[in-house]
Amino acid sequence: MIYEVFRQERKGQPFAHAGSVEAPNDEYAEWYAREQFGRRGESVALWFVPREAVHEIDEFVDELERNYHRVDGYPLKEKLKEARERAGTQTTK
Amino acid sequence: MDAREQQFLEYVQSGGQVETSDWMPDDYRAKLIKFIEMHGNSELMGVLPEREWILRAPTLQRKLALTAKVQDEVGHSQLIYRVVEDLGKPRDACLEDLISGKSKFHNVFHYPTKTWGDVGVIAWLVDAAAIISQKALLKCSYAPYARIMKKICWEESFHILHGRDVILTMMNGTDEQRELVQEALNRWWGPLMQFHGNPIPAEDDPMYIWRIKSQGNGEARQQFLDGYVPQIWELGLTVPDPKLRKNEDEVWEFTEPDWDELKHVVTGHGPRTQERLDLRRTTRDETEWVRRTVLAQAA
Repeated sequence: MIYEVFRQERKGQPFAHAGSVEAPNDEYAEWYAREQFGRRGESVALWFVPREAVHEIDEFVDELERNYHRVDGYPLKEKLKEARERAGTQTTK
Repeated sequence: MDAREQQFLEYVQSGGQVETSDWMPDDYRAKLIKFIEMHGNSELMGVLPEREWILRAPTLQRKLALTAKVQDEVGHSQLIYRVVEDLGKPRDACLEDLISGKSKFHNVFHYPTKTWGDVGVIAWLVDAAAIISQKALLKCSYAPYARIMKKICWEESFHILHGRDVILTMMNGTDEQRELVQEALNRWWGPLMQFHGNPIPAEDDPMYIWRIKSQGNGEARQQFLDGYVPQIWELGLTVPDPKLRKNEDEVWEFTEPDWDELKHVVTGHGPRTQERLDLRRTTRDETEWVRRTVLAQAA
């Protein structure tokens, strides 16, 4: 069975994918993960999960063009320019 | 090459990276497997010359350090074979092809280790040559391989440290110890110069074309010479190549490495090739019952 291993480098940091190990069960997976990703003090914690338990999403369709979720939905630059002109505070720069 | 393959090629050549589940041309997958499998084989076979010295290491500290290095390298081979497995070739098949002589491993692991000086030169200079190739793989177009290389490079830098420490200790020792280092360097220089492969231009190297490698063989060799010849010289060691020098264009000149020897050695005719493959074969047979028992219990 293939297990995916995630490791946390320091307390407070996110767990990041470290690699995978092959093991016949959870017990062996724990030992392989310890040996591969923890024996030099490079991790403070590890997660290991059977590969089948990891589901992937890699398509993000935005059919409704929801630009209010994105930076480009807020064209502040032009609006600020207009507002400054109306207020008479536009600098020459 | 059809349009889809052409598009893929342009994608990797512009720095794009590929994941396991992405579509890839068959030729790319085959090249990846061949290259990465040979790397895995080399990590696994590379521990054998060093293993021979665990019982003969001069101090307990050295024995522990060498054992740890051997464990690291076996760990690397496990991680690398995992990458190969996800590309479609099971680890068992890799091991079968290795012991039957069908697949290859790096030239430097086909040679004997005559003295403790060889152990120092291997950990220092062979690992230095290897880390130059491996650092260039951090940019590999196949992302899972590139990611795992980060961990491997980090551990290899430990080995260089260990190797330099062994060498410096001997160079600060008796004349006899210094002589052992010089002799080992003389023995290893040829294989070290062959290590990065024949000087095929990067543009003609299929591994570069697919951006599995990010630099050409000649470039890697120049980097090795640039980084390590000064370190060798400053210890008062002599590089056994009278033609070796850095020219006005900052390019190293050297005697052409023996490409016939390289070819002969990696095709299974090195001085220790068969002996080491035999050892792998025997231990694989002898430990078969352990794997069977463990797997039966774990089931």
